[in-house]
Amino acid sequence: MHSTQKSVADSFSDFVESEEKDFTLRDGSRIAVVGGGPAGSFFSYFLLKMAQAIDLELEVDIFEPRSFGYCGPAGCNHCGGIVSESLVQTLAAEGIVLPRSVVQRGVESYVVHMDVGDVTIESPVHERRIAALYRGNGPREGGDSELESFDGYLQNLVTGLGARVVPELITGVEHRDDRPYLKYGDGKGGQYDLVAMAAGVNSNIINMLNELPGDYLPPKTTRGYICEFRSTKEEILRILGRAVHVFLLDIPRFEFAAIIPKGQFVTVVMVGEDLDQELVHAFLNDPVVRRTFPTNATPCVCSCSPLINLGARKRPYGDRVVMVGDSGITRLYKDGIGAAFRTGKAAATSAIFHGVSAGDFEKHFWPTCRNIVNDNRVGKVMFATNAIMKNSRLTRKAMLRMAQKEQEKENARPHMSTLLWNMFTGSAPYVEMFRGTLRPGFIYNLLLSVGAALVPGRKKTAQPRKKAA
Amino acid sequence: MVGGALGKIYRNGEIIIEQGQTGDSMFVVQGGRVEVLQNSLKGGLQHLAFLDSGDFFGEMAVFEKEVRSATVRAAGEARVLRIDKKALLTRIREDPLLAVNLLKTMSHRIRHLNEEVARHRKTHL
Ligand SMILES: Cc1cc2nc3c(=O)[nH]c(=O)nc-3n(C[C@H](O)[C@H](O)[C@H](O)COP(=O)(O)OP(=O)(O)OC[C@H]3O[C@@H](n4cnc5c(N)ncnc54)[C@H](O)[C@@H]3O)c2cc1C
Repeated sequence: MHSTQKSVADSFSDFVESEEKDFTLRDGSRIAVVGGGPAGSFFSYFLLKMAQAIDLELEVDIFEPRSFGYCGPAGCNHCGGIVSESLVQTLAAEGIVLPRSVVQRGVESYVVHMDVGDVTIESPVHERRIAALYRGNGPREGGDSELESFDGYLQNLVTGLGARVVPELITGVEHRDDRPYLKYGDGKGGQYDLVAMAAGVNSNIINMLNELPGDYLPPKTTRGYICEFRSTKEEILRILGRAVHVFLLDIPRFEFAAIIPKGQFVTVVMVGEDLDQELVHAFLNDPVVRRTFPTNATPCVCSCSPLINLGARKRPYGDRVVMVGDSGITRLYKDGIGAAFRTGKAAATSAIFHGVSAGDFEKHFWPTCRNIVNDNRVGKVMFATNAIMKNSRLTRKAMLRMAQKEQEKENARPHMSTLLWNMFTGSAPYVEMFRGTLRPGFIYNLLLSVGAALVPGRKKTAQPRKKAA
Repeated sequence: MVGGALGKIYRNGEIIIEQGQTGDSMFVVQGGRVEVLQNSLKGGLQHLAFLDSGDFFGEMAVFEKEVRSATVRAAGEARVLRIDKKALLTRIREDPLLAVNLLKTMSHRIRHLNEEVARHRKTHL
């Protein structure tokens, strides 16, 4: 008798426990998204789309103090503004067509500049599949230029699906009664069934999450540099064309820089682990860089040094909390917006179809993050190898020669061109690029080019071959 | 100029894909309009549909190795983005739900086809 009573009590307590530990989203569940950048918007977009598909009614609040309608820093989530080829294609397959007002330039080629010469690398499909855009409403001096913010465009998509944008800064996150509780800037607060942390890395909030379940640590970061230059549309098109210009220069501590044409402005972006004013100055004054600049370009007041995510230190989730985009895991140096898309969608899929416990995120969200983490490991090797190659004049000449030959010949296999294209555009996973470098054709042609580079010759700038009809 | 800034511009009447040819990509209209046509039994081309911004075509090539089942050409100036089969399948492997959008359109097209067949039968009975 006693034992039967115990078993009833046991099942009752199991029942209560399982009720308490119900981690599925139901009609009326409240979801908070902290940050309305790409990660927050992509997460909300897919969460609401999937919820609609299974007739689930959710309340989604996106907390975002920034208004993307403003020019300059007030409306901008500082970044180079390149949307990668892979993300452009994925968005199109998802039915998201970026309008002309958002895309400042469709990019169809990259020009690699070195002291030993330049090479233009055409898009493998001779199409504009990379977008150069502004995250906010353009530079501080943008004024009345006809442009629309990318982040603002995404936010409109999400509000169209029923999300509410709350223009509040979140000042703290606590755990109360088994649910995350957000403290708003106005002193009030609210409890949620799920919090998606999409505040990027340029926010203090990610240092204040130690009260949440799980053992979140903010990602490692370094600073990048962005500056806008103003010229005229015509001059920019004449000098820079529709290409992004990237540089392989032997300046001490220099890692990566790009010059991106956008309407009447030119964006200069630099990233690297050891970037400071001195290095920025050395880059902007390098003769190779100076000859690439529109002659009448003047720096405008819009410049910034945002943080860039260099890798998460812990798994980015706990019960009812998930970190998406830069706040969690992103791709090393490239395609951060693409990573925001991937992690945002994976977190939304897990929340809708599986649940919002740490275990659910571990099973259904983490695999996407793990793919990025593993790929970044290979990326580190690729960047280290690139650093060695760009520091030697001989290998710079060999890389240039190999890419030039490929671009000039109609049917040449584009070994080096593909590597440089993918490395600079972030269009392919690092693993794929690495595999490309192991192909016998790549190694053979590189050795030939090293041999040829040993022979003194004149400096040459390659013209890409004629486009296929 | 047609809407969108990405992809490639096709002039009025320019063929984007041709029935009977092999292909390894699908396409999404970014701006303007394209026309889908099929070789008719009497010779010549028969109009099947117009597609507008956001619509895609050529998706069968992503899933099977058959030749293109229709010809698609620009109806006026059109801007069209190509999506590589390999890139798409790689993404679908990580995110199978990406295929749902394609399946939705494909199922819509099968429904449309069924309706056409039913209408055809009625008029020939
Ligand atoms: C120099 C540099 C150049 C880059 N260039 C590129 C590029 O060309 N292409 C590319 O794909 N990626 C690029 N990136 C990376 C890219 O910027 C990020 O990966 C991307 O912005 C991440 O999106 P997110 O939504 O996670 O974060 P963010 O874009 O940082 O958005 C976070 C949002 O959260 C809001 N927020 C912050 N704190 C709070 C709070 N407490 N309460 C409420 N809201 C809050 C912010 O206002 C912001 O809107 C670059 C990065 C740097 C530093």
